[in-house]
Amino acid sequence: MNITDILKERILVLDGAMGTMIQRHKLEEEDFRTEALKNHPYPLKGNNDLLSLSRPDIIKDIHAQYYAAGADIAETNTFSGTTIAQADYHLEHLVYELNFQSAKIAREVADEFTAREPNKPRFVAGSMGPTNRTASLSPDVNDPGYRAVTYDQLVTAYKEQARALIDGGVDLLLVETIFDTLNAKAALFAIEEVFDEIGKRYPVMVSGTITDASGRTLSGQTTEAFLISVSHIPLLSVGLNCALGASALRPYLQVLSHNSNFMISAHPNAGLPNEMGAYDESPEYMAQQIEEFMKEGLINIIGGCCGTTPPHIKAIAEVAAKYKPRVVGATGQ
Amino acid sequence: MKEYTLKLSGLEPLIVTPESNFINVGERTNVTGSAKFLKLIKDGDYDGALSVARDQVEGGAQIIDVNMDEGMLDGAEAMTKFLNLIASEPDISRVPVMIDSSKWHIIEAGLKVVQGKCVVNSISLKAGEEEFIYQAKLIRRYGAAVIVMAFDEAGQADSYERRIEICERAYRILVEKVKFYPGDIIFDPNIFPVGTGMEEHRKNALDFFRATKWIRTNLPGAHVSGGVSNVSFSFRGNNAVREAMHSAFLYHAINEGMDMGIVNPAMLEVYDDIPKELLERVEDVLLDRRDDATERLLEFAETVKQKGKVEVVNEEWRNGTVESRLSHALVKGIVDFIDADTEEARQKLPKPLDVIEGPLMAGMNIVGDLFGAGKMFLPQVVKSARVMKKAVAYLMPYMDEEKRKSGNMSTNQGRILMATVKGDVHDIGKNIVGVVMACNNFEIIDMGVMVPTEKILAKAIEEKVDVIGLSGLITPSLDEMVGVAKEMERLGMKIPLLIGGATTSRVHTAVKIDPHYSGSVVHVIDASKSVPVVQSLISKEFGEAYHKKLKVDYAQYREDYKNRKRDKNFVSIEKARSTKVNVDVANIVKPAFTGTKVFEDYPLEDLRKYIDWTPFFATWELAGRYPKIFDDAIIGSEAKKLFDDANKMLDEVISKKLLKAKAVIGFWEANSVSDDVIVSSSETNVSSSGVENTFHFLRQQSEKADGQHYNCLADFVAPKETGKTDYMGGFAVTAGIGIEPLVEAYEKDHDDYHSIMIKAIADRLAEAFAERMHELVRKEYWGYASSENLSSEDLIKEEYQGIRPAPGYPACPDHTEKRTLFNLLDAENKIGLHLTENFAMYPAAAVSGFYFAHPQSKYFGLGKIAKDQVEEYAKRKGESVEWVEKWLAPNLGYE
Repeated sequence: MNITDILKERILVLDGAMGTMIQRHKLEEEDFRTEALKNHPYPLKGNNDLLSLSRPDIIKDIHAQYYAAGADIAETNTFSGTTIAQADYHLEHLVYELNFQSAKIAREVADEFTAREPNKPRFVAGSMGPTNRTASLSPDVNDPGYRAVTYDQLVTAYKEQARALIDGGVDLLLVETIFDTLNAKAALFAIEEVFDEIGKRYPVMVSGTITDASGRTLSGQTTEAFLISVSHIPLLSVGLNCALGASALRPYLQVLSHNSNFMISAHPNAGLPNEMGAYDESPEYMAQQIEEFMKEGLINIIGGCCGTTPPHIKAIAEVAAKYKPRVVGATGQ
Repeated sequence: MKEYTLKLSGLEPLIVTPESNFINVGERTNVTGSAKFLKLIKDGDYDGALSVARDQVEGGAQIIDVNMDEGMLDGAEAMTKFLNLIASEPDISRVPVMIDSSKWHIIEAGLKVVQGKCVVNSISLKAGEEEFIYQAKLIRRYGAAVIVMAFDEAGQADSYERRIEICERAYRILVEKVKFYPGDIIFDPNIFPVGTGMEEHRKNALDFFRATKWIRTNLPGAHVSGGVSNVSFSFRGNNAVREAMHSAFLYHAINEGMDMGIVNPAMLEVYDDIPKELLERVEDVLLDRRDDATERLLEFAETVKQKGKVEVVNEEWRNGTVESRLSHALVKGIVDFIDADTEEARQKLPKPLDVIEGPLMAGMNIVGDLFGAGKMFLPQVVKSARVMKKAVAYLMPYMDEEKRKSGNMSTNQGRILMATVKGDVHDIGKNIVGVVMACNNFEIIDMGVMVPTEKILAKAIEEKVDVIGLSGLITPSLDEMVGVAKEMERLGMKIPLLIGGATTSRVHTAVKIDPHYSGSVVHVIDASKSVPVVQSLISKEFGEAYHKKLKVDYAQYREDYKNRKRDKNFVSIEKARSTKVNVDVANIVKPAFTGTKVFEDYPLEDLRKYIDWTPFFATWELAGRYPKIFDDAIIGSEAKKLFDDANKMLDEVISKKLLKAKAVIGFWEANSVSDDVIVSSSETNVSSSGVENTFHFLRQQSEKADGQHYNCLADFVAPKETGKTDYMGGFAVTAGIGIEPLVEAYEKDHDDYHSIMIKAIADRLAEAFAERMHELVRKEYWGYASSENLSSEDLIKEEYQGIRPAPGYPACPDHTEKRTLFNLLDAENKIGLHLTENFAMYPAAAVSGFYFAHPQSKYFGLGKIAKDQVEEYAKRKGESVEWVEKWLAPNLGYE
């Protein structure tokens, strides 16, 4: 059964935070070094994507924990898997391998679970993060016309990532944590080019990030303007993730749900970071907030972002099982 | 039929539906159409170029067309640079962009820098199908809508048949081969000049209209656009004719379905305002209605040459009757001619009173109606009131004369006594309500501020008022109001009691005031609500029914409140205290001095840029954030006027030093002991030991999720048991020194507008001063953030380290702590800032508070607290529980 058909029947559950789970292992510099990178002259600690090569056991285990908690879709460990983001570690040359291996690891775990529970097939979404540069904002306040990255550079980087993820075996692509819509448009452009080249399409999920209480992205767009700006290619879903906790996300999900004919996804944080930088919404509390979305019929795909853990996903999956998915409207674009 | 919607976006959406009005595309950021813009770009003056774009958006353009097609320019580079710069100007980039070029590489350069969904202008079949498909596919992939010119391999469409042939072909290719979304297709079927004298141009406009209709009927979803000024090309130099032509052309084209276009709004006459004769001749040409149409228009054109649209100060209203002039002056708030007009009316009518009851009331009724309907805004109404008051003041001597002859008379709707209660000095809101009520023909007796209950009631009885209105801003005023209600009941009064002011609420009124008075008690949210309420209250016909309804409603609010608050849970004060935040005692920064420092006459011009204008607009009941409020379609222009008036006054205040700003700040060695902070300083003014040196703080108690902190300000100072000496600061600032004579002078001149304005400005300056002083403290006097560099927006958003909470506000709602603070600062002697018996500061334009420096300190709201803490707090303060409960009434989580 393909994912589009399943989505008509039930709400699918996306996994929770990768970073939060990795942090628990208290990893050190040597954990990030593969044999080949023994003498890499730059520090690598904190480059979580690299763990797919250096500590695949940890990544595998995290995927397995989330699937076991009830997730239908796991995201690959590739949030920073572009040449642009990896340039910070001088690892541009490893980008293809990082994405390919990350996809492969997730694929293996997914297939194990699907074999055990054929009536609940598990999917792998290739995570494509925003990179650490913005195409429509200047990093230099004194030179507002300057851009640290161009559209063409982003297209090249995203093409490489998308291609490797597909080669590694993902079921779908997820362009997420979009704080600058122009970056996302470049990612979608790249994905379309890859589809043209391989002669095959994959479902694409898009997920933006509302960064403040005014309901706008970092690059200044309202939720509806963001939706309009990414609706030009057929998407599996459009949604919101990160930055806010579940209850704060609700008004913006309503905007999306009201104005879009794509499926709607949400993977909020476990609340806002507290004074200590930790997220403290409990699984029960978060699931309770999320239940509100479901009661309103706003959601097709639900999961967690920063601060969420397998117990959060378990609580969310239990709630999701009780509700019908949002019905996608029949008019407009 | 399936509905297709064209959706575009800048930072905000633009959605074109069949119901939308015509979408107006700004055309001045176009180097081929504007010599001025070309020069700016050529000279590299991009700031100038941006202001052209900004003017267009402010002028109402819903999309801006950008064109850089000039032989001497690197078009792609100029397009990229300009669009990148626009992206960093939210007031421009809120609207979508139209990327306008005849060169594909320039279009593509533009598509790569725009985050919103833009429009490409344009592509065509000129170079064949293959190129057309290639470009259309890419446009789709970049996520843009497209304008298609009616142009093919054989050339530009110049007849009705060619137009529809090309558009249909292009539409089929786009929809069927490229899978272009039909709603994203916009046709430009070529607007060509008419009235050129050439036979083959006679049907140019008519063919455009017909083609438009055909496209809109036969090509589902597609839109029609065009450059309108082309049509009048042969009448260059005669703006009157051109403006009429543009507007008549648009009128017909829009009727046929044109829904978007490039138009210069300054070159457009209102269709209904086109002189009949001119319109007839213009339409003869556009619609090709007669053979000699062009000659007749040319002939006529000679006679209207040079007229064009010019802005003149319109003084025409001065030609009307005296009644219509008075009415106009009232509605527009013009005082310039009021004395002369009033005099003229007085001579015309039998009695001076007739002037008030006749033309003046008629004018004020219009003002009242417009305000009630949301078509006039508070600042305008206050200006109208100024005109009214001046007119009445002019008539007063004549009326007194009348009165002596004929005995008493009362013509108003009713008499209202208004006062700010004892211990409170805030009166801006009360004055606004007074003005609005006066505009609606109520007689206002305003007793001013700090008025004790017995005086209010004695005056109410003496003047036989119909309603009493009480106002207050600080929380202790709530209790004063309860006292007034009880006293009214004891005296057996029956008249309605109106409650208003920032801290008052419907719930408080229902729960705490209404039960004590058998007469009507009503809470009014703002000035605009007060008129209908008072009219109902004193209506002979409905007054009794309204009174009964109010009593029932308020009983229901009480009931709702009771039911609602049951589900609040509290943790014990001990448990709450066990979660306290620990400050980092390793990095305590010692202030540059301990003791106090006084700022005698702080330069006001330095404070100006620290002003947060948003609350200023709220004072005037204009809702919206500064500066976005100016873009508001409804209140934007009024907000701008108000802002300009405020700045004019601010200029005067600064240049003539009309107000004086003073401050005192202090830092003391401090340690927390439980929820108290004990401060010590050799310079302590009143007493150097005992309770005077202890600040008592309160801790949150409403239950939170596990692992959260229950905050208390004392946690932001190192505990005594750490053995480390920490610090705490305090401040009091005012910008209201010298305000009384100004207010007095305005009031004497019956000018409420300026009297309210000066108070609102002094308030803003005081807040700005507090912000500025906090910055100086952070960077210099305490110096814990010496390298901080924040914009004024960041300051408003409080993106700095450390806090400056004020007693009486959410983190520490106990106003009585101001006494200790004022003693330590010696604020009354040093800067002339006084506390009333209820701890309001006078002059009212003042702010006082505490400084905490640790990075862990943050603002929070205390919320409701439980009885265990109240009892303990009373002990700590050495006061009775009842006394504490009185001051903390709004925070009590129990009955």
